[in-house]
Amino acid sequence: MKTRYTHGGDEHIYVEIDDEMSLDAFFKSLSMSNAVRDAKINGVTEICPANASFQVRFDPDVIEPEEMMRQVKKLEAKAEGAEKRMDTRIVEIPVLYQDPWTHETLMRFRERHQDPTGSDLDYAARINGYASVEDFITAHHSQPWFVSMVGFVAGLPFLYQLVEREKQLQVPKYLSPRTDTPKLTVGYGGCFSCIYSVRGAGGYQMFGITPMPIYDPEQKISYLKEFMVFFRPGDIVKWKPIERGEYDEIVAAVEAGTYQPRIAEVEFDLEDFNADMAGTNARLMEALNDA
Amino acid sequence: MTLRIINHGLSTSIQDLGRPGYFHLGIPLGGAMDRFSLRVANMLVGNPEDAACFEVVFLGPKIEFTKTAIVAVTGAELPVRVDGEPRDNWSSFEVKAGQVLSFDFLKSGARAYIAIGGGIDTPPALGSRSTYPIGALGGVDGRNIEAGDEIPVGTSTSATAGLNVKEEFRRLPESPARLRVLPGLYWHRITEASGNSFFEDEWTVAPEADRMGYRFKGGRPLEFVDREQPFGAGADPSNIVDGCYSYGSIQVPGGKEPIVLHRDAVSGGGYFTLGAIISADMDFIGQLQPHATVKFEKVDLAGASLARAERKQMLARIRKELG
Repeated sequence: MKTRYTHGGDEHIYVEIDDEMSLDAFFKSLSMSNAVRDAKINGVTEICPANASFQVRFDPDVIEPEEMMRQVKKLEAKAEGAEKRMDTRIVEIPVLYQDPWTHETLMRFRERHQDPTGSDLDYAARINGYASVEDFITAHHSQPWFVSMVGFVAGLPFLYQLVEREKQLQVPKYLSPRTDTPKLTVGYGGCFSCIYSVRGAGGYQMFGITPMPIYDPEQKISYLKEFMVFFRPGDIVKWKPIERGEYDEIVAAVEAGTYQPRIAEVEFDLEDFNADMAGTNARLMEALNDA
Repeated sequence: MTLRIINHGLSTSIQDLGRPGYFHLGIPLGGAMDRFSLRVANMLVGNPEDAACFEVVFLGPKIEFTKTAIVAVTGAELPVRVDGEPRDNWSSFEVKAGQVLSFDFLKSGARAYIAIGGGIDTPPALGSRSTYPIGALGGVDGRNIEAGDEIPVGTSTSATAGLNVKEEFRRLPESPARLRVLPGLYWHRITEASGNSFFEDEWTVAPEADRMGYRFKGGRPLEFVDREQPFGAGADPSNIVDGCYSYGSIQVPGGKEPIVLHRDAVSGGGYFTLGAIISADMDFIGQLQPHATVKFEKVDLAGASLARAERKQMLARIRKELG
């Protein structure tokens, strides 16, 4: 892991913690972006943590780019000493895999896909060495995920699976991006899963759909009244496979204003996790039983 | 008072100077693509410089005024009429109650800004009236204006007709447009030869050019430095582990067609970026029509700071003259 500092034009400092993805790189980028926030540097307008990097946007009329760079670099040592532990929450997200809406969409854009003969799930299962789509789906939802970045468009979470690197699922993006993706599609690209918060363009493979909205600019949905964006970096997600009947019930409950996501407060410690992944994940998922 | 939208033109949106502070959640700054022109339009009608205006793309709207107001149109050369009578661009003029503001065909540039004394007074979302249709924020119920809309406008006590901005301050890009670039970000991913060809070649604006980003074509494809792709980045040599994008950053998917992210930028993604357009030249991009020719020019940080200072100075001079 070697930190690389660079300018993004005259209004941004970009810091790449590592060129490959790992939870170590994520924690360091989060610690460093928190350190920048805590330092309250005059002129900073945006601090954006990402998977293994982060970006600071500033007003060069208030602080010159070289000075901003010096200030950010100074914070690296402090961030390295920060403990890799956070108080966070685990959220259960219901997913209807192989749903009719993403299926209709993936058929419409088949000519942009690596394998036009099957579905996105057929392709993903095959290239990851799974005997069946069902086995692949089980691998997708059996262990929890970590929200390592929120962005692209409004409130879209990128999720990284909490398993050993050799167990990570990997799929390429579409050869050419689609112009349409259903709202709340559960997608996959590289080693990341995501939830499309709004309808629109996209290049990730499509596995299913969740009935649970995660972005509401009108702030009318019961659990989005305080803020329109549901996810924040560091959230932990457990996918829960559901059937069509339950999907329809949840959609109705959301509309009626009675739906409450299952959420539990948890602590995540990277060293504990690295020492015992199965045990840590089991504890995280057990917390949902009391939710 | 309200404005009645008789015809919305091609794509007319309400914009101010944007909503900073939410990019980490994927909600972009937004706001006028040509911030200089929006500021000057507001100065002409006595508004705070960050008041909300209409941003008009290519084709002007038709708007009926229900009360008398002072108006100014800046940015693209889009000839203005009030009840059919011509008015000057980059000037303040009166539109009386019952009169209709309309436009002739675009002569040059791409985006005009209509400021109205008192400012557009639609409800702000996250601190701004700027329209961000992808996230359904700002504007009119999260969308661009449409025929039949009634747009509220604040009241003004400081607007006067008859002010105008000198020719030398009416900024529009030259042809070919010169867009200055600070190399950086993932510049190291491309070969030295490609680094040179990027700046040597002439590029043209592709039809995919909007508030999110401008795509360019016509230059030689870029070649990448060989490497084993890092874990999580994806197989294509133009892929990186998804990171944040800078405003103005230049991504080149597959090494083929550069895309410059603009005010409604996606906040991150998995393509390498070779640097970013300097802040002083971002406004010019908003004034480029499809098929316009562009040369990218390499600058260093000192050059970027100087260009920014020049632009700031120009705004200060206009402020003083209109003050």
